[in-house]
Amino acid sequence: MQQINDFAGRLGGVYLLPVVVAALAFVMIGAPSSWVTLTVAGLAMGMMIFLMASGLSLVFGLMDVLNFGHSAFVSFGAFIAASVLAWLSGWLEADAVSLNIAALFLAFGAAILFGLVAGWFFETVIVKPVYKDHLRQILITMGALIVAEQMILAIWGGTPVSVPRPEFLEGSLLIGDITIEIYRIFAFLLGLGVYAALYLTLNRTRIGLLIRAGVENREMVEALGFRVDRLFVAVFMLGSALAALGGAMWAGYETLITPALGAEMMIVVFIVVIIGGLGSIQGTLLGAIMVGLMANYIGYLAPKLALASNMILMVAILLWRPNGLKPAVK
Amino acid sequence: MSLLSLNSMKTNIGQYAVLHDVTLEVPEGGVFVLLGRNGAGKTTTLRSIMGLWQPSPGSVLFNGQDITAMHTADIARLDIAFVPENMGVFGGLTVEENLILATAKGRFDPARLKRIYELFPALETFWTKQAWALSGGQKQMLAVARAIIEPRALILIDEPTKGLAPAIVDAMADAFREIAQTTTILLVEQNFEFAKSLGRDMAVIDDGRIAHSGTMADFAADTALQDRLLSLSA
Repeated sequence: MQQINDFAGRLGGVYLLPVVVAALAFVMIGAPSSWVTLTVAGLAMGMMIFLMASGLSLVFGLMDVLNFGHSAFVSFGAFIAASVLAWLSGWLEADAVSLNIAALFLAFGAAILFGLVAGWFFETVIVKPVYKDHLRQILITMGALIVAEQMILAIWGGTPVSVPRPEFLEGSLLIGDITIEIYRIFAFLLGLGVYAALYLTLNRTRIGLLIRAGVENREMVEALGFRVDRLFVAVFMLGSALAALGGAMWAGYETLITPALGAEMMIVVFIVVIIGGLGSIQGTLLGAIMVGLMANYIGYLAPKLALASNMILMVAILLWRPNGLKPAVK
Repeated sequence: MSLLSLNSMKTNIGQYAVLHDVTLEVPEGGVFVLLGRNGAGKTTTLRSIMGLWQPSPGSVLFNGQDITAMHTADIARLDIAFVPENMGVFGGLTVEENLILATAKGRFDPARLKRIYELFPALETFWTKQAWALSGGQKQMLAVARAIIEPRALILIDEPTKGLAPAIVDAMADAFREIAQTTTILLVEQNFEFAKSLGRDMAVIDDGRIAHSGTMADFAADTALQDRLLSLSA
């Protein structure tokens, strides 16, 4: 067994998992064009889930806070982006790609700004009083999620809201008999860009070093002269902004959103954080891609199992690695 | 004036009173050893000084400044370093990252780094290795190196010899002797032979109270007192 583990480790270890899953799916699906379409859809979905989950993983790992209200930022990000895009519909339909891009990035900017401000408020007013008390954290953050859903109902109403897409992200690429939606490629590239930025921040900057150290042993970071409480606020704000950006991306992907979006995504986001390993950005990316791929492959191969696929994946991974695929702390 | 003064310090952990009345004067320079049996309150004393547990009532004075209610990070910025019993190294960080985190400006003073390489050559060998892969002795070296990577006025060290091989303990003793030439060390230790070889002044804590304080030479000569305060049967 050890020899198998060592051999797998030399080949890439747990990073090989998505490749193995994709290879198995290729054999089971049979049709290469369907496989490519499903794989791209799975990767795009995984990247959007990564955006939503990465902040929660850091908050969970660094602050030991069970924030069930995290998905409220996803919902608000989606609805704010949808409103900004609707408001700028003239720019979205314009022939000029620059106006399309400007509208899209203004929508993302509004979602991110909301995430930063609301994240600061949420951490300071709701989370700070219940540090080190998991039961109260669950109760108060679940309560906050319900309040957030009601606020969305009050502002945007209960009927589904349609989300306009910029013209340049509409349509598909046709390569032979393979069809790939342009929005999915965009989602994948944006997620990859955010991952690269997070990876570089965590591994090449002093603030990243502090966050990684804080995830392991926050008491010792304080004993070295750093105020971890201030770092907490910054990480919480960043995590909330990423969730809002993920929600904005998801809104464009679904094109029709309801106030229940956050609650629906919450379970998926928690599964990704748990199977990835707490506090680990690499683990979160790996978990999100696994969830995205499995959801698409199983949805195609065994639609009746699609809903259960995430849970089955989580159980299988936790039986194999109880601390997740790539936990931050060994 | 003493470098560090603990005045009638009492510390509770949850509902349990661990320190009942700790009054201690740590002079500047050399190694001051705090001895005591398991559970006597040695670790709690160090953690209370660092602000990791709040003493109440009582006070902690450092260089005459009252640091009792200060945040741990602010206490550390007064050039007080802490090496905890579990070493507190960050396993997911490399040796280099562990050390750079302890520098004030995020860069090394080449002279201090050279001195650390001389004291602990293993750290240079494993410079880019993640700390979880180091042996127990190497982790302890890293923890001590982190405490001396910047000039410090006081270093609090909690049982550095615990679980280490005799050869490593000897190397650690040599390192502490050298460090103590420029920095005050408050050393908590159960290994009396190790403590005796280093300490100039000492105190014994028993059941959360200072039971004895004086010079190490006098204490080492009084076997009856050692038996009464340190032996398991007492």
